[in-house]
Amino acid sequence: FWGESMTIHNLYIFDRGGSCLFYSEWHRRRPPGIPQEEEFKLMFGMLFSLRSFVAKMSPTDMRDGFVSFHTSKYRLDYLETPSGLRLVLNTDLGVPSAREALQHIYSNLFVELVVKNPLCPPRAPVQSLLFRQRLDAFVRSLPYFGPRNPNN
Amino acid sequence: MEPKAPELSSNAGSKQNSELFTLTYGALVTQLCKDYENDDDVNKQLDKMGYNIGVRLIEDFLARSNVGRCHDFRETADVIAKIAFKMYLGITPSITNWSPGGDEFSLILENNPLVDFVELPDNHSTLIYSNLLCGVLRGALEMVQMAVDVKFVQDTLKGDSVTEIRMKFIRRIEDNLPAGEE
Repeated sequence: FWGESMTIHNLYIFDRGGSCLFYSEWHRRRPPGIPQEEEFKLMFGMLFSLRSFVAKMSPTDMRDGFVSFHTSKYRLDYLETPSGLRLVLNTDLGVPSAREALQHIYSNLFVELVVKNPLCPPRAPVQSLLFRQRLDAFVRSLPYFGPRNPNN
Repeated sequence: MEPKAPELSSNAGSKQNSELFTLTYGALVTQLCKDYENDDDVNKQLDKMGYNIGVRLIEDFLARSNVGRCHDFRETADVIAKIAFKMYLGITPSITNWSPGGDEFSLILENNPLVDFVELPDNHSTLIYSNLLCGVLRGALEMVQMAVDVKFVQDTLKGDSVTEIRMKFIRRIEDNLPAGEE
């Protein structure tokens, strides 16, 4: 029963230059079939293109630009900060919008635990275990974490 | 322990905090003056430390203020003076002396909290005491893709009637797709 299923698949954080600073996954049943590094490149390249596609095609001035897309199976939510960090969260279609969650991950987790940690160099892959744990706890606490339907 | 979200110490109530900051900064400058032979090197170190602070501070600022992307340098000037200085130093500098092209302006600081208890001795005439601020501004703006030249052109510590920071927009740093992408 598709409508009942709500879950969070995975999260990417990229810097402006396209390096993947952080990746985590919760429910990802299907492996991408390419090396992770290539997957990151592919994902960033798509975001980059979509961003400029959306900007060029928009018939009116935009505020946020590209924010999400969905397919028949999942939704991708995108948050870009003015400082060029790009956060991507993939969820099930049952989740209406993960934008607030992304904003929380940026403001309350990434800034507090990574940016303000002097041992985390700016714009470098995040090694902080504390960040990973807090993020995991936050994602698991989301009302739509699921999965409600394990057979899906 | 849960790291506490920064209180919007934006101001009034946090006199003690700002004195601790001012005195800590004073101790830092004093130590740098001992460590380096000449003031130019101290100025450089302060700018560099400020830059490293700025690249982190911008994220805190964006997360706390919810300010979006600025579309021109005038908007940037407003955000810096009215929101950022207020948030971190509890003051609101005035914005003046726009260049005709709109690519340069000055921030006039009536009271610079960094220099509250400072008197510059005569043998430090080239020391730019608050140069850390220039680095902070430069680093923070670089992270939002603006290359900006920042410098003190007047300083009450040196007998000028006001303290003036001059900001000059150099260029917009463009987004580029990393090499090897398709």
